[in-house]
Amino acid sequence: MAVEVEIQAPPGRRRARATRARRDARAGLALVSPTVIVVFVMVVLPVLWALTLSFQRIRLLQIRRLDVLGGEYTLRNYDLLFGSSEFLDAARVTVLYSVFGTAGAILLGLAAALCVRRRFRGRGVVRGVMLLPWVAPIVAITFIWRVMLSPQLGVVNAFGTDVLGWDQPIPFLSQENGTITLLGLSIGVPTALLVVIAFEAWKSFPFAFLFILARLQAVPGDIEEAAKVDGATPTQIFRYILLPQLAGVIALIAVLRFIWTFNTFDDIYLLTGGGAGTEVLATQVYSFLTARSDVGASAAVAMFMAAVLSILLVVYLRFFGERERA
Amino acid sequence: MTPRRKWSRYAIEVRALKILRPLGIAFFVLITLFPFYYMVVLSMREISEVIESPGKLFIGFGDFSTAAYERVLKPTSDGGEGFLRFLLNSAMLALATVVVTLAVSILGAYAVSRLEFFGRRSVHFLFLSVYLFPPILLAIPLFVAFSKMQLRGELWVLVIVYIAQTLPVCVYMLRNYFDTVPVSLEEAAEVDGATRLQIIRKVTLPLAVPAIAATALFVFMIAWNEFLFALLFLVEERQNWTVSLGVSQLTNIETPATTLMAGSVILTIPIILLFLFAERLMTEGLTRGAEKG
Repeated sequence: MAVEVEIQAPPGRRRARATRARRDARAGLALVSPTVIVVFVMVVLPVLWALTLSFQRIRLLQIRRLDVLGGEYTLRNYDLLFGSSEFLDAARVTVLYSVFGTAGAILLGLAAALCVRRRFRGRGVVRGVMLLPWVAPIVAITFIWRVMLSPQLGVVNAFGTDVLGWDQPIPFLSQENGTITLLGLSIGVPTALLVVIAFEAWKSFPFAFLFILARLQAVPGDIEEAAKVDGATPTQIFRYILLPQLAGVIALIAVLRFIWTFNTFDDIYLLTGGGAGTEVLATQVYSFLTARSDVGASAAVAMFMAAVLSILLVVYLRFFGERERA
Repeated sequence: MTPRRKWSRYAIEVRALKILRPLGIAFFVLITLFPFYYMVVLSMREISEVIESPGKLFIGFGDFSTAAYERVLKPTSDGGEGFLRFLLNSAMLALATVVVTLAVSILGAYAVSRLEFFGRRSVHFLFLSVYLFPPILLAIPLFVAFSKMQLRGELWVLVIVYIAQTLPVCVYMLRNYFDTVPVSLEEAAEVDGATRLQIIRKVTLPLAVPAIAATALFVFMIAWNEFLFALLFLVEERQNWTVSLGVSQLTNIETPATTLMAGSVILTIPIILLFLFAERLMTEGLTRGAEKG
């Protein structure tokens, strides 16, 4: 923004500036209005309408006759929801999935960024290759994983039984609970949930990688040089110089990734269909809407998701909004 | 510099890193590239041969087969899956989304970046929150509303949905770019008597071509890859399916894995080509501002 220096302007000039500001304001509103109208009609209104739907008993078959604002309002959907173990399970799985998926993506992204930080031959190619899981169509990559993990013809189980000596193939995407035997100790693990979390970390680490790398390259070199001269080891440099510089961008990625993972529908729907202990809130909304054709209940679950995210969004704006405005 | 013993912590760490870094790079290249390699190899093998030796990672002599691609691309009347039609649908859908979204978001981003108007801050906040809202929440009212209007299976309805989904991020990306273009050029044009729209068309836009291209590619990729709304809106209208939806529906019938992978290759290739063409452009557009921390 240009800084306006207010010098005693003659009266005529001042009026010109006032009309100029008014003209700008009018042009601004005119130019932004198509965007606002689209967002209002296609996002804001539907969300408000979904809120009213969540307080009604509506089945999909009735929508032809449905009044836009509907008839009776009731808390029944929410009542049923909070009393149902299905919903509480899905909420628990969603939190586990989001927390560990986000953490995994950030750890992988950080490691990748540190690896390619220094120049080497082919660095540009390596960087591009590492972004593939993030840009490739979700339908394609979930199906590659499904085939790779398939018990009959997947390469992972072929490798496991032929090379690692597994007794039998593991149905990674349809087994709810498996056991790992390590040194005679058997530990129960939620197999399918772990696989979808691993998928999430694999698919979104490029996003974390991209942002962490961009930030890493902006870290001034002289602090690091000074630390090296003082005999700091690479891990000390990472811990005391790089990590504090990266804290901001990592926190930002954590919030964004958590929100997006929390919203994720495609990945789980396409990998497991929400079976084998991987049902999350988003897939539950879908199955309430289509399989049970219970519009009210699905809207209630979606509203619950929105409420959780609104809280996160407020936290996000508290911490990062200031900087955005600055 | 302090003198160091041969096995000081420093020496050990430096030596370990010298080995770990290349190993790390190899690890990441392997986990990102292998699945795509596997997809291509599988799509060109015979299914019977895959079931026999699932661990084989290359195409043997005489094993090479294009049967899966033929099956995927042939129209349904010839016993295929009709993917040519789906490719056309996806391309039209994505292009229409790109054109409209860009036209609308260039104006919006310009206004948010350059002009002081009532509600400028809240508009920006509104767009940000749309980007972070669960799409599945939006899916319910849109699904119900378009079902009620009996428009649900139409492709142009999906275009509108995609425009609404991609507008906020476009305004965000373009605004970030406009903010870096000095206003002085526009002011010079204004002194010469140009109107606001002339300034945008003749001064701002030519300067913003790289940013606009990056945004266009980004929108194209989102629209091409989109799955949830395509599933909800189009699943009953087979002739309107997108490639994403078509591939996802291959599992409903007994389809061999090789066909599935051939469909996935067809779905992925346009995106990878675009990405190779514009990687730098797009990643810079996205991370611009991240350097500030």
